[in-house]
Amino acid sequence: MTARITADRDICVGAGNCVLTLPRVFDQDDEGLVKVLDPDPADAPEDLLDQAVARCPSGAITVR
Amino acid sequence: MADLATDRLPLFPFRSPGDDPFTPVAAADRRRLDGPVTRVRLPTGGWTWLVTRHGDVKEMLRSDAFSADATRPGFPLLRAPTPQTPQSTPGGFVRMDGEAHLRLRRMLTAEFMIRNIRRMEPLIADVVDGVLDAAEAAGPPADLVATFALPVPSLVICHLLGVPYADHALFQRHSATLLDHTADPLRAREALLGLRAYLGNLIEAKRTSGRAGDDLLGRLVDERVRTGELEIDELIGMAVLLLVAGHETTANMIGLSVLLLQRHPHVWQRLRDDDQAADAVVEELLRYLTIVRTGLPRQAIRDVEIGGRLIRAGEPVTALLSLANRDDEVFDDADEFDPYRQAHQHLAFGFGVHQCIGQPLARAELRVALTRLARRFPALTVATDPDRLPKRDTSLVYGVAELPVTW
Repeated sequence: MTARITADRDICVGAGNCVLTLPRVFDQDDEGLVKVLDPDPADAPEDLLDQAVARCPSGAITVR
Repeated sequence: MADLATDRLPLFPFRSPGDDPFTPVAAADRRRLDGPVTRVRLPTGGWTWLVTRHGDVKEMLRSDAFSADATRPGFPLLRAPTPQTPQSTPGGFVRMDGEAHLRLRRMLTAEFMIRNIRRMEPLIADVVDGVLDAAEAAGPPADLVATFALPVPSLVICHLLGVPYADHALFQRHSATLLDHTADPLRAREALLGLRAYLGNLIEAKRTSGRAGDDLLGRLVDERVRTGELEIDELIGMAVLLLVAGHETTANMIGLSVLLLQRHPHVWQRLRDDDQAADAVVEELLRYLTIVRTGLPRQAIRDVEIGGRLIRAGEPVTALLSLANRDDEVFDDADEFDPYRQAHQHLAFGFGVHQCIGQPLARAELRVALTRLARRFPALTVATDPDRLPKRDTSLVYGVAELPVTW
């Protein structure tokens, strides 16, 4: 199955809102930038995924 | 742009001395705004578009159609530019755009990432307890701003940066002047130069000490200055920014939060008894109090539509975070304080690529400071009528200047 969640490290500003919203799916790497732990989380609630996208200040997260 | 039509516009920032400290824009000022994107007059002459809806503010602050560079002619300024200052201040990345901004911000993202701030929590707890011990020993009555709300974030940012707290009188005074948008431009310049000189000396001492030390400024000296990635002048500018941002912001949030929670004793008790509840309370405090009431200034660099309004290239725009956070479309009964609501979409830290990098630190400080204060002084009482407290209503960061309490 293709990945549902992608995150663009090039535009990430390290605010960490995605980690606060869904810590099982998102983390910050050693530079503080977004890291997707689980690109295809079977059990992540849709509304939390939507929130992670909406709360990202730089628009770095895509869910499809 | 100053003309007769501009003269009739409402004057911004809105100031209503003596009014309820929990109403960011008084009803009379709200009535004078004739739409969600509307023009207001600035104290420096001219005008700015004021964007007030949650969705519009997010769209604007995330759009690359707007510049944050305050040195651009026509940028919406609240204070006249300081005379004889270089056109740009190196290192002040909140007023930079694009790659130049990202380059400097990226040097700090690891420092402020959630995991690293969690590691600092025991230190934050120690700082809070130490400050509470001193307040308790001195006994009531006390001014909670001077004895608690300001020392806590000041001590924490000093630890983090590697700045001696013993010098706090100097940098707290300069910091307050820099944030006062009614300060005389010459005084503001003096405060900036004073801070740059102070931090410049400190950084120079770290640079010449062999190993600069295990603190943020020391690490930047070791890892970025020595490698040639970062100029000393840029590091000084970044240090000024972090030190100033670490002070009045969290301090004013703590002071206003305590004042507000006086009206909500059940929430005060909940902070004391329920660790899990504190995060949600802090998010709602951030939304409801939105201390950056002067908004975030930008300038359109191309024609762009926001909230159905055409903003033309070169026009000034201000995102009014405080009204966006009271938007009924996003928050039910937005003018009510409700710690049970989902408040996490608030814009108290701004939005877009400049969103506050210190937000994990601010959240941790607020949670630890408020829960420990509530536990230590469960019967804490504000000893003055809130309407009569002196307000910091000429600062870029709103708050109460004093908060007399007993316990």
